[in-house]
Amino acid sequence: MKSVISFLQNIGVFVIDSMASLGRSVSFLINVLMGFKDVILRPKLLVREIYSVGVLSILIIVFSAIFVGMVVSLLGHTILVDFGGEESLGLLVSLTLVRELAPVIGALLFSGRAGSALTAEIGLMKATEQLASMEMMAVDPIRRIVAPRFFAGFISLPMLTIIFMAVGVYSGYLVGSVGLGVDAGSFWSQIQNKVEFQHDIINGIIKSVVFAFVVTWIAVYQGYNAMPTSEGVSRATTNSVVYSSLAILGLDFVLTAIMFT
Amino acid sequence: MNSSKKVEVLVGALFVMAMLALVFLALNASNFSGLSSSKGYNVTAQFNNIGGLSTKAKVTMSGVTIGRVTNISYNKQAFQAVVTMSIDPKYDYLPEDSQASIYTAGLLGEQYISLEPGAEDASLVEGSNISLTQSAIVLEEIIGKVLVSLTTK
Repeated sequence: MKSVISFLQNIGVFVIDSMASLGRSVSFLINVLMGFKDVILRPKLLVREIYSVGVLSILIIVFSAIFVGMVVSLLGHTILVDFGGEESLGLLVSLTLVRELAPVIGALLFSGRAGSALTAEIGLMKATEQLASMEMMAVDPIRRIVAPRFFAGFISLPMLTIIFMAVGVYSGYLVGSVGLGVDAGSFWSQIQNKVEFQHDIINGIIKSVVFAFVVTWIAVYQGYNAMPTSEGVSRATTNSVVYSSLAILGLDFVLTAIMFT
Repeated sequence: MNSSKKVEVLVGALFVMAMLALVFLALNASNFSGLSSSKGYNVTAQFNNIGGLSTKAKVTMSGVTIGRVTNISYNKQAFQAVVTMSIDPKYDYLPEDSQASIYTAGLLGEQYISLEPGAEDASLVEGSNISLTQSAIVLEEIIGKVLVSLTTK
């Protein structure tokens, strides 16, 4: 009897805790979104954050796009050549990149490169009581510190994803056409015939917008709610990357099921 | 001041790069340029069997794509499928008695409509109906006919 009661208690504690943290994170998100007008009033802050979140992530995005495009092209060619369908290589490369790989891998890399940095930065500001001292000076740290970072991430990731798509398709073309000898004309014409801008590319960009929202939300929330110790900051950084990766992969399934079936 | 200028320039470069990538995707890696052909004139045709024809399938003439299938419906009175196709306005001189056939691209490829020009002077306009049609060839029917002709010998 006692074990049943303590079991029920454990479930209750779990439900209450998760509801409380869900509520905290949503009210935090609303506060951040309310900071939009402060971000508009201080575009310099936003530009600086876009630099540290977006511009500094270009290198890793471009590099991984080059290699992902090349690998997809190489593997697709080995399979398609068995059926005599190498002409469809361009379609294979561009559809996989535009629909799935660019939004998902781009978001995963972004959460590792930029999301973790955001969490660590905000967490360390909290640990060193910079946020508390801002509040002392009647400066709202959510509007001054968190909101510019959130909107910078929200703007940067879709742009990085578009760059990922273009670079990936082009590197796939280099390997498939220049390297493996698929006819360049049929490579591009297959893509132009079958890839629809409004369906495939716009939906890929919508995916990346959703991922950008979720990844930066998790990153700034974890940083802002980190325990103000060195251990707490390290745990928050880990949580930020783990939770964003899981959210990206889970949401990707849902979005793909809605968009492409 | 100098470093903040550099930051602004690099952020601007990121925006420009993203826009260029989007333009590349739109023009080179998708059918964006083909969108303008959506405002063509509509022509209908009745088929006994459309096989696996789907909307957005090509409408060709001598192998050149001149339009797309926009709608497929079923006429209850005539027991026939009604295919509506939108044809690019620059091909406005198609004879009224053109014939529409459903063919398959390659052995197992997608199905498309091929138009063959007739001899009339009057040409197809918005809302015209193509009366000469040839249905899709269903592989099972041919196999059935071949089997029958083989066994009755």
